[in-house]
Formats: sequence, structure tokens, C-alpha cells
Amino acid sequence: MDNLLQQLLNGITWGSIYALIALGYTMVYGVLRLINFAHGEVYMMGAMAGYYAAHALGFAGAPSLFGLVVVLAVSMVACGILGAAIERIAYRPLRSAGRLAPLITAIGVSLLLQNTGQLVFGADPKFFPALLESREVLRVGNVAVSNIQLTVLATAVLLMAALEFIVQRTRFGRAMRAVSYDAPAAALMGVPVDRVIAGTFVLGSMLAAAAGILVGLSNPKIEPLMGLMPGLKAFVAAVLGGIGSVPGAMAGGLLLGVIETFVTGYLSSTYRDAIAFVILVVILLYRPTGLFGAPQTEKV
Amino acid sequence: MRGASRAAAAAASLLLLTSCGSESGKNVSGITVGHVASMTGDTATFGRSADQGIRMAVEEINAGGGVLGQQLQVVTEDDRSVTEEARTAAQKLIQRDEVKALLGEVASSRSLAAAPEAQRAHVPMISPGSTNPKVTEVGDYIFRACFIDPFQGAVMARFAKDELHAKRLAILFDFKQDYSVGLADFFRDTVKKNGGEIVADERYTSGDIEFRAQLTTIRAANPDAIFVPGYYTELGLIAKQARELGITVPLLGGDGWDSEKTLEIGGDAVNGYFFSTHYAADSDNPRVQEFVKGFTAKYGATPDAMAALGYDTAGILADSLKRAGSTDAQKLRDAIAQTKNYEGVTGKITIDPKRNARKDAVVLKIDGGKFHYYRTVSAD
Repeated sequence: MDNLLQQLLNGITWGSIYALIALGYTMVYGVLRLINFAHGEVYMMGAMAGYYAAHALGFAGAPSLFGLVVVLAVSMVACGILGAAIERIAYRPLRSAGRLAPLITAIGVSLLLQNTGQLVFGADPKFFPALLESREVLRVGNVAVSNIQLTVLATAVLLMAALEFIVQRTRFGRAMRAVSYDAPAAALMGVPVDRVIAGTFVLGSMLAAAAGILVGLSNPKIEPLMGLMPGLKAFVAAVLGGIGSVPGAMAGGLLLGVIETFVTGYLSSTYRDAIAFVILVVILLYRPTGLFGAPQTEKV
Repeated sequence: MRGASRAAAAAASLLLLTSCGSESGKNVSGITVGHVASMTGDTATFGRSADQGIRMAVEEINAGGGVLGQQLQVVTEDDRSVTEEARTAAQKLIQRDEVKALLGEVASSRSLAAAPEAQRAHVPMISPGSTNPKVTEVGDYIFRACFIDPFQGAVMARFAKDELHAKRLAILFDFKQDYSVGLADFFRDTVKKNGGEIVADERYTSGDIEFRAQLTTIRAANPDAIFVPGYYTELGLIAKQARELGITVPLLGGDGWDSEKTLEIGGDAVNGYFFSTHYAADSDNPRVQEFVKGFTAKYGATPDAMAALGYDTAGILADSLKRAGSTDAQKLRDAIAQTKNYEGVTGKITIDPKRNARKDAVVLKIDGGKFHYYRTVSAD
């Protein structure tokens, strides 16, 4: 029983990283109907930005919560700018070019960022500085909860709550939902569609950056190709939850993290990567709208 | 003044002569030895360390009068850490420089690329650090100066039983690396043979960063020690996550841990862990102490395992040349094969019938951010 609870905790913590990345996929899909395959690389850039910020600001050798918050903020701002730049340079010129061209461009941007990363940061793995001293904060029976797992979970929950607030309660959120529902109609109503789309990229990229920092905190090895697998997995999570649905991405990410942990813990890690893609195929075959997606009716 | 410049001119022309000589490679009064090494690229430290060790040994041998009345000359050919380049480098050394023997490579995959060239040309080859069993199976001219992967697995299984009195053992290995799989297999077999029990047998993939699921399963099995025969990158993360989950039993490993990076990544989490490797820089063996002192004075750094193996590789070659009494390939090959109880810095080396070095392994303990010599585990 203790074992089961510990695995559940491991899975939820790991899944919250997927969820943060999946949110970016789903929001961009919501407003643009585009799968932004460069999103995994934004997550990588977030971790790299955090690494360099921590060293430059002198938090690398001195663990503190303050340092973590500052590094998190710096990295989120940097990636927000990166996200806006990617949208402006790579996607906006193709806005009227149909759906295939931006998709191919997204793959191009992904490769560009991977290779730029290898060139600039070097291909060798780097080790994220310990921004928090690891210690056990809670132990129930045999279930150990470390301050690192707790911080990852708390940060993820906080950010998701903030996102939910922005989407549901602010003018920008309403505009986002309007664009997602019907972009031409929203434009006719005076919603600045380009700005809303740019804002969506900024939000999504900031969440990916946060995921990068949290991974650096709990699994401190970062490298230029680290975005590839989590990017694909988060995409699966977004589809699982229902692409375009914000609560769906959260649930999908957590669910995928838990499933992977249970497969690794109770079966074998050999099947861990395969399971995500089996889920993708099954979902697309039997419930293409995912767990939370509303079934779409073709407009006539 | 005048005399001095004339002497300098004479020396210069002499230098010119000898350098002309080495171009053709034939007319030199010396024995040319080739070294295929990764001097640049991904694993540049392997090649550079081995080369430093080899050159230091050769300098000492030459200072002592050389072998067979001739001086040894080392020609190093860089393979840039690329498997295919190792083959080209070996060809160049064999054909262009007409080397009498080939030393290298450290990485098993690159030794496997170079070895067929040496075998075909019947040039004896000794690898300093390739531990994959397949390397010497290429042919009867291929040797190695280190032990092989299965030995290390067995060593740590015996160490766990004798030293830690561990009966319940867990394994966490990298199933994408032949090295890790090999060590895990032999560890498992030896534990079972010695009456121990494998209570958890988990795996991961190179490049993984999340190990909490496997570690939780291992924790539930309540082992006395955990064998993690992987490379240092993953080990650092595994150690941290194990501590976080409250796992206090020691982790054990092989020479894949032998890197400063283990300490850098693992930090405090790796304290109290043990791993087997080729030699210990802080051993009290006078021969090792002398080597470490000489190497540090020459290169300004503590020699790592590859430097020590390079040093011994050149030593075995010189010793074999002396016993062969000639540079004839067949005689030299036979002499290397008959190497027995050679006193190297990485232990007493005997070449076994499969052309592998039979020698002791050392176990190091990690403590206070340093590797410490713990004990020697014999080959028998």
C-alpha cells in the first residue's frame, strides 16, 4: 500500500511536468489549430536559461527558495520572449497558408533550436545547480515526500491555477476563448487576433520554461536534445486530455505521468516509452476528441 | 659565440636528417609503435590520458637504454572519437609508418574497428582499456591490458557478500549498453551461485533522468545493497533520487563510475558508495606512488585509470620485445601471449589464453567528495 502511494506521488510529480508542457500545445492548438512541434525545444531553452541565470546571479552554490523564484521568473520571461519571437518570425507570415505549411515550419523551428542549442550550449549534458537542498519534509508510513517533489507539485498547481484564472476571468482570456471559438468572427467584433495569438504563445512558452526549471530541480541533467521526448509525450498528454482543452491537458499530463510510473514500477521500464504512443493510437482510434474534448460537429 | 652557432647548425641539420628519416619510417634506428587514440572528440579524455601514460612509459624505457639496443618511438594517430576513423588510423600506422606494434583504442567499439586491420597485417595490437569481451576475439594478434566486463560483475558480487555481508541484492542496470548488461548478468549469476538472492531486477535506458519508479520498487524489496553498473551521468541522478526516497543501503558499481563527474553530479548523495576499477591513485603500493608522483610532475594532474592503463600497455610491450629478442611479428605476438606476472601500476598482469589481462581489481569507496582505495579483489 505504501509502495502504491509512493508510486502515485512519483507519477503525479512527473506528470505535472508533462501537464505544464501539454498546456502550451493545447492553447496554441486552441487558437491556431496548429501543433507547435517546437514546443519541446522551448522547454529545453527554459532549462538552459535557468542554468545560465542561476550561475550568473550566484544562486548556483547557495540553495534558497528566493533563488529558485528568481531563476524561475528569469527563465519564464526569457522563454515568453522566445515564444513571441517564434510566432512572429515563423508562424505569422504563414497565417493564410493553410495548415500544412505551419506544421512543417514548426518541425523546422524545432530542429533549428535543437541544433542551435548544440552549437551554443555544447552537446555534453550539463548539471542543473541545486537550487534547493533536498530533504524529507513528510513521511507517512513508508511514503517519503521530499521538499523537491513538494515544490514541483506546488509550483505546477499554482501556475495552472493562475492560467485558469487568466483564461476564465480576464479580458485577455475572454479574447483567447473567442479566437479559439471562431477567429474571423472575433476579429469582426474588434478582438485583436494577432495580439491574442502572440499572447497565447507567450503564456504557453512561460509554462514550458517553468517545466524546464522544475525538471532541473528534480532531475538535474539538461542537454540540448532534452526537449524531444518530453515534447512528444506532452503532445500525447494533450491529445489524451482532448487537444484544445485546458483542463484536459492538465488531466492528460498527470494521467500519463502516473501511467508511465506504474508501468515502470510494476512491469518494466522497457515498455515505458511505448505505452505513451500506444495510448496515442488508441485515443485517436476510439476517442479522437480525448477525455475532455467536446465532440466537434462539422459546420455546413 | 661562433662555436655555439656552429654547434647549433650541426644539431639542426642532424634534426633535419632524423626527421627526414621518420618520414619514410624505414631507415630509423628505432622501433616504431603506433597509438590509435581519441585525442579529440566526445571521449577525448580517454585518448589523451592513455597517450600521456604511454609516452611517459616510453620515455622512461628509452632513458634506461631502450629495448634491444634501440629506442622506442611512438606515433599517435587521432581518430577523433569516431568508430570508422579508428580503422583508417590503424591502416595509416600499419602501412605508412610500418609500426611493429599497435596500441589502442580505449573504447571497445573503436578497438573493434581497428583490430581487424592489425589482425590482417599481423601486427600485434594491445588495447589499454577496452573491456568488451569481443575485442580480443577478433584474432590471435589482439590483446588487452585490462580485465573484461564479466570479471567486474563477479568482483562486485563477491565484494557485496564478503565485505558488506549482503544477502539480498537489487540490480538497476542500463539495458541499452552492452557494458552494463554484461556486468549485471555476471553479478546476478555470481550472487546466485554464492547463495545470495536477487530481490529486485530493474532496468533503465541511457539518457533517462527519472528513476523514482524503479527505486521505489527496489526500496519495497528491502535489499542490503544495490548494484548499478552504469555510467557516471545516470548514476549521479540515481544516487540523488535514491537518497530522496530514503534509501540508505550502499550502491555498488563498476569502472563506468570512474570519473570526476560522479562527484560533481552526485555530490553528497554518492558518499558511502563502492565501485570496482583498474587502479587507485591513493594506493600505498610504492610502484603506484612512484608513477603518480612522476605523472603529476610531468603533466600537472593526477593520472586517471586510462593513463595508468596506457602506462602499463607500453610497459607490457617493452617487456615482451625484450623477451622476444626481436621485432619479428610472430615472435613478438608469442612473447606478449606469454606475459606472466608483469608488475604494472594497475596490478600484476598475466595474459590468459584468450589474450585478456588477468589481474586484480581494486574497489574504491566514495567519501567526502573523493575516491579512496578500499581493497583489492583478486582475480582468482
